[in-house]
Amino acid sequence: MDKTNLSGMGLFQLEVNGSQYEVEVDGKMPLLWVLRDELNLTGTKYGCGAALCGACTVLVDDVPVRSCVLPVVGVKGKITTIEGLGDAKAPSLVQEAWIETQVAQCGYCQSGQIMSAHALINNNANPSDSDIDAAMAGNLCRCSTYPRIREAIKRAAEKKRTLSESKDTL
Amino acid sequence: MDRRTFIISTAAVASGVAVAGYFLVRPEEIDNPLYAILKDGQVAVTPYVIIDDAGITIITPRAEMGQGIQSTLAALVAEELDVPVTEVSVAYGPASIVYTNNIMYPEEAIRKQLIRRVSNRLNLSYYPPRLSQSTGAQTSLSDGFVKMRQAGASARTILIQAAGKKYNMNPSDLKTEDGYVILTDGRRIPYTSLAADAAKIPPPKEVTLKPRSEWKQLGKSQPRKDMPLKCTGTAQYAIDLQLPGMVYGTVKFNPSIGGGIKSFDDSEAQGMKGFIKTLEWDDGIIVLATNTWYAMEAAKAIKVEWGAPPYPMKMEEHYAAVDNALGQGEPTEVRSQGDIEAAMEGLNTFERKYSVPYLTHATMEPMNAVALLKDGELDIWAANQNPLGVRYFGSKIVGIPEESVRVHSMFMGGAFGRRQETDFIEAALRAAMAVEGKPVKVTWTREGDMSHGVYRPIASAAFKGAVKNGKPVVFDLQISAPALFASSDRRWFQNKGKEIAERMDRSVWLGMNDQPYNLPNYRIRAYKALKLLLPVGWTRGVGETQNVFFHETAMDELALEGGLDPMEMRLSLIDDADSRAVLEAVKRMSNWGSTLPEGYARGLAFARSSGAPTAQVVEIRQTEEGIRIEKVFVAVDVGIALDPRNIEAQIKSGVIYGLDSGINSTITVSEGKIEQRNFNNYPLLRIQQIPEIQVHIHENNKEILGVGESGVAANPPALGNAIFALTGKRIRNLPFRKAIKFA
Repeated sequence: MDKTNLSGMGLFQLEVNGSQYEVEVDGKMPLLWVLRDELNLTGTKYGCGAALCGACTVLVDDVPVRSCVLPVVGVKGKITTIEGLGDAKAPSLVQEAWIETQVAQCGYCQSGQIMSAHALINNNANPSDSDIDAAMAGNLCRCSTYPRIREAIKRAAEKKRTLSESKDTL
Repeated sequence: MDRRTFIISTAAVASGVAVAGYFLVRPEEIDNPLYAILKDGQVAVTPYVIIDDAGITIITPRAEMGQGIQSTLAALVAEELDVPVTEVSVAYGPASIVYTNNIMYPEEAIRKQLIRRVSNRLNLSYYPPRLSQSTGAQTSLSDGFVKMRQAGASARTILIQAAGKKYNMNPSDLKTEDGYVILTDGRRIPYTSLAADAAKIPPPKEVTLKPRSEWKQLGKSQPRKDMPLKCTGTAQYAIDLQLPGMVYGTVKFNPSIGGGIKSFDDSEAQGMKGFIKTLEWDDGIIVLATNTWYAMEAAKAIKVEWGAPPYPMKMEEHYAAVDNALGQGEPTEVRSQGDIEAAMEGLNTFERKYSVPYLTHATMEPMNAVALLKDGELDIWAANQNPLGVRYFGSKIVGIPEESVRVHSMFMGGAFGRRQETDFIEAALRAAMAVEGKPVKVTWTREGDMSHGVYRPIASAAFKGAVKNGKPVVFDLQISAPALFASSDRRWFQNKGKEIAERMDRSVWLGMNDQPYNLPNYRIRAYKALKLLLPVGWTRGVGETQNVFFHETAMDELALEGGLDPMEMRLSLIDDADSRAVLEAVKRMSNWGSTLPEGYARGLAFARSSGAPTAQVVEIRQTEEGIRIEKVFVAVDVGIALDPRNIEAQIKSGVIYGLDSGINSTITVSEGKIEQRNFNNYPLLRIQQIPEIQVHIHENNKEILGVGESGVAANPPALGNAIFALTGKRIRNLPFRKAIKFA
């Protein structure tokens, strides 16, 4: 094992939620800790550090990844975090479905859940139960909000279908 | 008179503060804890309501760990204050004895405890207040149901009086609506413009609460106050706090809890990027750096010679310490009805043994805290279930007066009892003392969190039963576990386990003293573990989580022995109407007794769980991949359902927490080390394994009951009973996955 020392340091350009950032960190630092401790984007959570719980899920070029095991040196693409989806005043479609379904309990895992769901809905506006299982199996929720997560994904998908139908008729 | 008048004594005064002395002084002398935190333009109307130009903030002094309590407590105040709960803000408020949880810490008990402690010559004069602002054991609603409404009614009363004075009208002619006082001429005066005057008026000694028939908000599902924050990544947990100049840390723990440090070498870490320093702390080395990950990496590079743990090195020895305790020494006789020995004469009795393992909380947010020690003042930001305790603890560790400690309670990424502890706060305090003047956040790794836990006790049971002429006549259960208070006191008082083995407390038999079964010969005896084991602590459901498993599995075995239907046998043994009602409900919901398709089976369990009668039927199916949990039917009696949607969410959450403990979870010791370190070997259920759960809420109980724990305990025995019905295999030791495969 090589030591983590100055030899790994580097300047890294990142595009996060449409903004450009430059950080000087060890290239092995996982994206999670760059987001949280360097960029102060703390909506993305630390849960396990080993890609086992999904709390750290972000999108890189719209693909969900576990940021806790992705070294910053390996990031190629545009990053979207929970902060990039929407806020309380203008929530994204999935966030809106989450709020309407009153999904969250402790809420800690929900950023990751929402990012996984967002990627699912983007690719599939009519997910079946097994599609949902496959997309969400990597996201743990200790409060077990799973029944409402499933409900909210279906609600979001329906919103998306309604939106695209109304676009089609325009 | 359809409005019920609460005559409020000096002990339980108008704002609901049941702490002697609070309202015995003149209002201007009252130590309203909010005075210390009010910002310019804010007015405190009672310790529960802050009003400023922006609106109304309700203080909800119980920890929000996901159970939705902030929203429901706010609704109680809002109902009586006559404001829409959707329009108020909520806040924890500061650490203060004003916010004592009188269910967990009734005044009498506090006084008795104080006397006992003092007579023990322990310097524990802080003991009662420091533990009293606690959230746990699903007591928040029982404690707050009257108190919070009184707070709202008090504030409303003085707002009306302020309006009467200002507009020269008789207060009894004035009404309120949606945050306004309505004057006799119809003008609507917003509360916000009356607050400053109202704050000068002494709160009433007596208030009248609305009868249920007049509730506009309570009894209806309300949107949770925290929901938009938690769905947009903006809810702030302690782990999210970022302050200028912050130092970041983690802890490298002895894999054997309590083993301490013999020596360590951090020379390699010292050359690493971001490294600041190491600190030796009891059981671990605190590593400080400029970024959490740098601290975690540096921690890996430290070489340590750890000490040996104070508990047995092998798992078998842990089980032996509870197994061998059964029948040893003087038991606590929890229930005793009939004459067991006489009844068993001439009957075929059968004997069974059961056990459950240690469990950990595995909160999604790992243990962490932030502390800043500067100019003799200490700020602590932490998810905690006990702000007063944290304040006291902070003052003790750092060596400054309690008045100089401010506790900022944060959202909790799960707690389940784990955040009643202070170990994760101590790590931050030690760090803050080492980098005085700078804020420091110490975040445990998942591995540290899991392997340095405070576990649900290991426990075992021995059962003897007998049936005569198709009727159960003997139920004789012995249970054994490490006593939890002894273990937690050891941590609180840092007396390192001197008296542990001698002590016994109610945690061992929790849930076993008030089950409504009526057998001719019914006995439950409890024993404490024989030696010091792993640290054990509060968990969701506490002792019920083991005892209901033992009790309800044994009930099923008794039914089998008598050739009885488990549902009908329970109904024949239970007279309590509320308990019968939940059994009848799950009987209907699950279509109990009807023939299921090939490969399906059902199991039943019942418990009065944290006071609430709860029945569960679990329906399972054999698949090629293993057993799949298809459906769970739950009926629970909560007394009064203030927020039905939240109650349903809590019950489902508890059911799945119970399923996990039945199917998956176990903490084990090997060569003195905790073996489980992350979710790979402490697996939890995932979305594809979650059954359909139907919840039926009853409101028959005379008292209002919380629901955070009620779904948990009856689930594993219901599942085990279903597994037996499906396979003929009786699994008596949890978790089930050690003996059977799940899909």
